[in-house]
Amino acid sequence: MSVCIKIRNAVKKYGNNTIISDLSLDIREGEFFTLLGPSGCGKTTLLRMIAGFNSIEGGDFFFNDKRINDIDPSKRNIGMVFQNYAIFPHLSVRDNVAFGLKNRKTPKDELIRETDRFMELMHIKEYADRMPDRLSGGQQQRVALARALVIKPDVLLMDEPLSNLDAKLRVEMRTVIKEIQHTVGITNVYVTHDQEEAMAVSDRIAVMNHGDIQQVGTPKDIYQRPQNLFVAAFIGRSNVMTGELSMKGDVPFVRFDAGYEVEMQNVRSEYRKDQKVQISVRPEEFIIEPGEQTDGIRAVIDSSVFLGLNTHYFVHTEDGEKLEIIQESQIDSIIPSGTSICLRVKKEKMNVFAAEGEYNILEGVRNDITA
Amino acid sequence: MKAMKKRDIWLLISILILASYLIFLIYPLLNLLKSAFQSKESGFTLEYFVKFFGKKYYFLTLWNSFKVSVCATAITLIIGVPLAYVYNMYEIRGRVALQMIIILCSMSAPFIGAYAWILLCGNSGVITKAVKSLFGITMPTIYGFNGILLVLSLQLFPLVFLYVSGAIKNIDSSLLEAAENMGCTGAKRFFKLIVPLCMPTILAATLLVFMRAFADFGTPLLIGQGYRTFPVEIYNSFFSETGGDYGFACATSVIAILITTVIFLFQKWCSGKFSFTMNALHPVERKKAKGAFNILIHLFCYLVTFVAFLPQLYILYESFRKTSGKAFVPGYSLASYQSALDVAGSAIRNTFVIGLSALALIIIMAVMVAYLVTRRRSALNTVIDTTSMLPYVIPGSVVGIALIMSFNKKPLILTGTMIIMVIALVIRRLPYTIRSSAATLQQIPITVEEAAISLGSSKMKAFLKITIPMMGNGIISGAILSWVTIITELSTAICLYTVRTQTLTLAIYTYVLRGNDGIAAALATILNLTTVISLGVFMRVSDSKDVTL
Repeated sequence: MSVCIKIRNAVKKYGNNTIISDLSLDIREGEFFTLLGPSGCGKTTLLRMIAGFNSIEGGDFFFNDKRINDIDPSKRNIGMVFQNYAIFPHLSVRDNVAFGLKNRKTPKDELIRETDRFMELMHIKEYADRMPDRLSGGQQQRVALARALVIKPDVLLMDEPLSNLDAKLRVEMRTVIKEIQHTVGITNVYVTHDQEEAMAVSDRIAVMNHGDIQQVGTPKDIYQRPQNLFVAAFIGRSNVMTGELSMKGDVPFVRFDAGYEVEMQNVRSEYRKDQKVQISVRPEEFIIEPGEQTDGIRAVIDSSVFLGLNTHYFVHTEDGEKLEIIQESQIDSIIPSGTSICLRVKKEKMNVFAAEGEYNILEGVRNDITA
Repeated sequence: MKAMKKRDIWLLISILILASYLIFLIYPLLNLLKSAFQSKESGFTLEYFVKFFGKKYYFLTLWNSFKVSVCATAITLIIGVPLAYVYNMYEIRGRVALQMIIILCSMSAPFIGAYAWILLCGNSGVITKAVKSLFGITMPTIYGFNGILLVLSLQLFPLVFLYVSGAIKNIDSSLLEAAENMGCTGAKRFFKLIVPLCMPTILAATLLVFMRAFADFGTPLLIGQGYRTFPVEIYNSFFSETGGDYGFACATSVIAILITTVIFLFQKWCSGKFSFTMNALHPVERKKAKGAFNILIHLFCYLVTFVAFLPQLYILYESFRKTSGKAFVPGYSLASYQSALDVAGSAIRNTFVIGLSALALIIIMAVMVAYLVTRRRSALNTVIDTTSMLPYVIPGSVVGIALIMSFNKKPLILTGTMIIMVIALVIRRLPYTIRSSAATLQQIPITVEEAAISLGSSKMKAFLKITIPMMGNGIISGAILSWVTIITELSTAICLYTVRTQTLTLAIYTYVLRGNDGIAAALATILNLTTVISLGVFMRVSDSKDVTL
């Protein structure tokens, strides 16, 4: 049985050091939910508070309507997968998987049946009698997953489960994790600092920084309409420039400091007034126009990197600002360094933030921290 | 959370352990301290300290102890460090056997070495006589300073060797290659690279050797003759036939503890300055040395090992000689063993009963304390951690005296029982076993335990079913080393034993004093054999040829 997780006004302190000051969050039943953020943002701390391995200094944690603050970790019915897998080295694969069922005093025939089922599901049945030191990292990972899932937990918690694997295996395992979560249909809370991984596996992502949740949304939400400048810069790459919003009659215009001006119909009505803004343009949201046209940001190409599908250009503007641009590679040639160009933007894709970057002033931003 | 903590069984364990430390370590030490400052008639006094520092005689014992300990430490370093270097850097023929012998030498009771050297080089020793009849030279006397130095050096250099070997194995070969690349080879490499890299280890070994030499009791007692050292002085003033001067013995003990504490702290401070960690990805590969150098290093290794092993060999030989009364007569027999078993059967039994009980307690407590201090940091457990390290700096005979003074009266009379001997052994050996258990525990990631808890185990069950089995080998190998030190222990036991609780080491000591060399040699061989078997088991279990203490 899956549960929804409700966190209200959570506080975490180590001595006098407050890691999380006041955090509320809703995780829906059966969803793949990811806590994403730079190291030290409090994501693992929050996960371990849910698991019960960290004390809770304030606030309430609920599984459905049951408050779990004072429930012993062994009674919370959670499955947990650790960064280092935490496989018991002195037990065989089968005994590792069966460990939780034995603690629950599961009848013998059911224990064997369920252990077998999950070993088959994770494709580790053939290693059932091996000791863990004779398994590869990927196989150990599968054992850890089978062990966590076989107890039919209410919630599956995963703490950077892929960070010890090599790049190729990481991609393979994240598909495995996504699929198994889908098959079992369990609420999954996943911690990672790798934004690509987060996008690949998650139904929804919470971006965290300094113990605060910056935005909660689908991968598409947070990539395309980041809540604030931190999210814009942390998810993918962003070129951040300053400019001004000015109203010409009813029509809002965003004017880059470099002089380029675009009409922005999608500024939310409450923000439609003259003000300074920060503009975030992702590298792929630039359009390179050859020559020195007047309508655009004038720049000179410094260098380029050819990466097959795309070509990255590093340029500087007349003001000396450095920008990164990604273009689909062309068959004819790469634009040589030193060439003067003119940059336009795909205005429907770029994002405009208030002067301090604290919020996005465009329409379509979704941020459902609490349901 | 509060409700959860209240039910935490580990808190109860912390309190129990602290209570036993308070009763069996802190209380006796406070008693000792009190007696050192309390005269028989009128309360507080400094008279014992005035007596100690006022008379040249007493102060001389302190000076003697210092002199012999410093010299012995220096010699062990001069032998041990180069030996570890050539042993680990070059191919030495028969290296495994050499190492086994060296380890064995460090494990035997020091006073047995002293006894063998008396038989070899004493006034009527084999070598003394042979040299005299062959060359007409009278050997310098083995008694006194020379003898103590010889025995302690040979006994303790293996510690330096084992420690430094461990450090050299952690040196990455790329460091040596880099040095070579910059023109640093040979002796220069040894002094400029190897020694500095091993400095933290060398310091640790130096401390250990010094402490052991300073606190050693059996060696100076047997071979020291007129050369009086500090531990012997403490023992004598407490057990003097003319009625022991308890207060004075206590005062001397306090001085001894102060000195060892200062040295301990000094070493801590030093090793703080030299602290760095190494972990070799590519350990140094042993090279074949060439020409004269090759012969030289082989000679060096063999000679050192032979001299160190000589006492044991000679004891073994003696044990098979035919005896008539106390004297040896030509021919060989097993009669010594026969009479040894007759007279000392109970001592052998005692050794196992006392030793195994102490061992069981040591293992249980060490694992618990190690768990508390590595996994459950709290103010209470920090106190336990510090307390558990106290016996490091307390000489064995002082432990014995403190225990006697505290438990020879109501409410708790333990003197003369096996219990007090078990307690003494536990106190003395526990710090080492705690350290090794804690080191093992630190290598086990805490997430493994959390995994067990998240799968529904209680805390205690996670500890018993997951943590302990994972520590398994570490615990067993630590236990075997403890076992070896327990069965060869003399300095505390000699203060506490009675006829009923006599152990093997004490029996050997008694027969040596009585001049019954055949039985003493047979018993010593039995003890050595037990040690050899224990070490064999250790190497099987730990699956290595390395021993660290």
